[in-house]
Amino acid sequence: MGWRNWGYEVSLSIDVKRRIGATQLNVQFTVAIGETVAIVGPNGAGKTSLLRVVAGLISADEGRISWDGMVWDDASSGEFSPPEQRPLAYVFQDYALIEHLTVGDNVAFGLRARGVRRRRARERAQEVLDVVGGSDLVERMPSSLSGGEAQTVAIARALATEPTVMLFDEPFAALDASARAHARRLFSSMRSLSMARLIVTHDAVEALTLADRIVVVESGSVVQIGTPSEVLATPRSHFVAEILGLNPLSGQLRGDELSLGAMSLTVGAHGVDDGEVIAIVRPRSVSLHRERPEGSPRNVWRTTVEAVDRSDGRVRVQLGAPLPIAVEVTPAGFDALATELDGDVWASVKASEIVVQPA
Amino acid sequence: MSRQQRHDARVPIALAVLGWLAVAFFVLPIMALVLRVPWSSLSDVITDDATTEALTLSVFTSVITTVLAIVLGVPLAWLLARSNIPGRQFIRALCTLSMVLPPVVAGVALLASLGRRGVVGEILDDWFGVRLPFTMPAVVIAQLFVAMPFLVLTVESGFARSAGTVEEAARTLGASPWYVFTRVTLPATQPAIVAGAVLTWARALGEFGATITFAGNFPGTTRTLPIATYLALESDIDDALLISMVMVVISVVILVALRGRWVGAIGGMR
Repeated sequence: MGWRNWGYEVSLSIDVKRRIGATQLNVQFTVAIGETVAIVGPNGAGKTSLLRVVAGLISADEGRISWDGMVWDDASSGEFSPPEQRPLAYVFQDYALIEHLTVGDNVAFGLRARGVRRRRARERAQEVLDVVGGSDLVERMPSSLSGGEAQTVAIARALATEPTVMLFDEPFAALDASARAHARRLFSSMRSLSMARLIVTHDAVEALTLADRIVVVESGSVVQIGTPSEVLATPRSHFVAEILGLNPLSGQLRGDELSLGAMSLTVGAHGVDDGEVIAIVRPRSVSLHRERPEGSPRNVWRTTVEAVDRSDGRVRVQLGAPLPIAVEVTPAGFDALATELDGDVWASVKASEIVVQPA
Repeated sequence: MSRQQRHDARVPIALAVLGWLAVAFFVLPIMALVLRVPWSSLSDVITDDATTEALTLSVFTSVITTVLAIVLGVPLAWLLARSNIPGRQFIRALCTLSMVLPPVVAGVALLASLGRRGVVGEILDDWFGVRLPFTMPAVVIAQLFVAMPFLVLTVESGFARSAGTVEEAARTLGASPWYVFTRVTLPATQPAIVAGAVLTWARALGEFGATITFAGNFPGTTRTLPIATYLALESDIDDALLISMVMVVISVVILVALRGRWVGAIGGMR
């Protein structure tokens, strides 16, 4: 469309209300082309329902959805494009691969449905699988794939139709550490594609590392929209406050060695180049010990307890030098430490629990 | 094996006695059949024109019935499993009533509707000169009426099970509802369709009551194998035994081929 070049921003515009069970979904925001927006919120906030409305699997009760000026769903005029007429792709949480088709035929499915000839569709499927690192999966059946492989295939299948809007439902929920690293690399490489990406997640770390903007949804409504740093700076909900405690750390990455000034940590598999990075350590992934723990030589350090906050059945402990981070332990675990303020403790964290992203 | 397991595996005496009595009840007639069959005259009966004619007619009509049952029954199963038509439970009950109806009653009902004086049959006769009763198509209609519900119920539970995000995923990939049905739903339901078709075929092959009532007993056109068996009883019991044996063999082959698959296929029935 010509007027794209006249200063209009091509975007997915969402302004809908939809009742699903007990939840009243009521959201308004836009996703620009090239942008990745993460929808975060606790379970049951209506995040998946939002994706389903955007995909056209359910319709809006009120409001409208449009892409680049084309109306997908308009409750007042009754306009509604079914899913197959929207130039989008949806990567489901359970991947939703077609069990009786090979990986190659799964990836070719969207093209075949659009009338592309079998041979051409298969060639294209192989190309896309090559790009996402699934070249050798083409003849496999879905039931024989690991979770990470199934997700790779699901993403390849979605990319094969060259969608302009891509929807992801909890893309990391079911993956182990190494599959997560591969998935993160995949997501970073997708950033260069000219499409709008909408990622639903309840994992704040993933949201912070993947998204250009974050939409925080609670009980069906948007409570905050902003860049990751804006959301971190001024949290507007309990859920975002939890994100705050995630211990973002600036440092230098070289291979799997992360230098943080006063000390360094070893990080697990990642797809990030050497240089300035932001590392995130979840409060719950740090353990505290009275004595130096046996058998785990990496990522163990001696530190002090600066502050203790007991609430909601959990104990939040602020650690001192050399790494001033907040950690969260169970009350029983904390009592077993038998430590006092300014007392010494040993802290440890698994390499695979540290998430790095380019700064 | 531990003592505990041995103890748990023991069945109460009363249940065991009754259970084995039931086994005997099923096994005895088949064994008796095998014992009494005059194997020496097997080749005579098998090559006998009247028997071959009945066998051919039975196989031919039951296969046609099975094909028609798939063509009509799969869409009906889909309506029952997936659509929001009002009175779905009631429609399901109506469409499967013939399963539990006495076959003779089914035949009478078919005469009342499609017979020469029937509600629809009269119109067919007056307008088109078509008379269905006592013809080969009538055999197929009688079989279809009593046998199709087996396919409908089996496939319906298959459709109910295969529903899920896979079909939605196919839609978001650009597939029309029809494309999704033929490329995703049908293949996923294929085991249920096969199981339902085999059950339907077996029921159609053995159909007697509705067939003899609605289609009669004309050699070559409506005298199927079960009817031939019944008639043979009056003339030559050896023939009846032999023809029965043929049908037992067919039934055993079906059971072995299914290997309990249909039990699984209709296991999810609500």
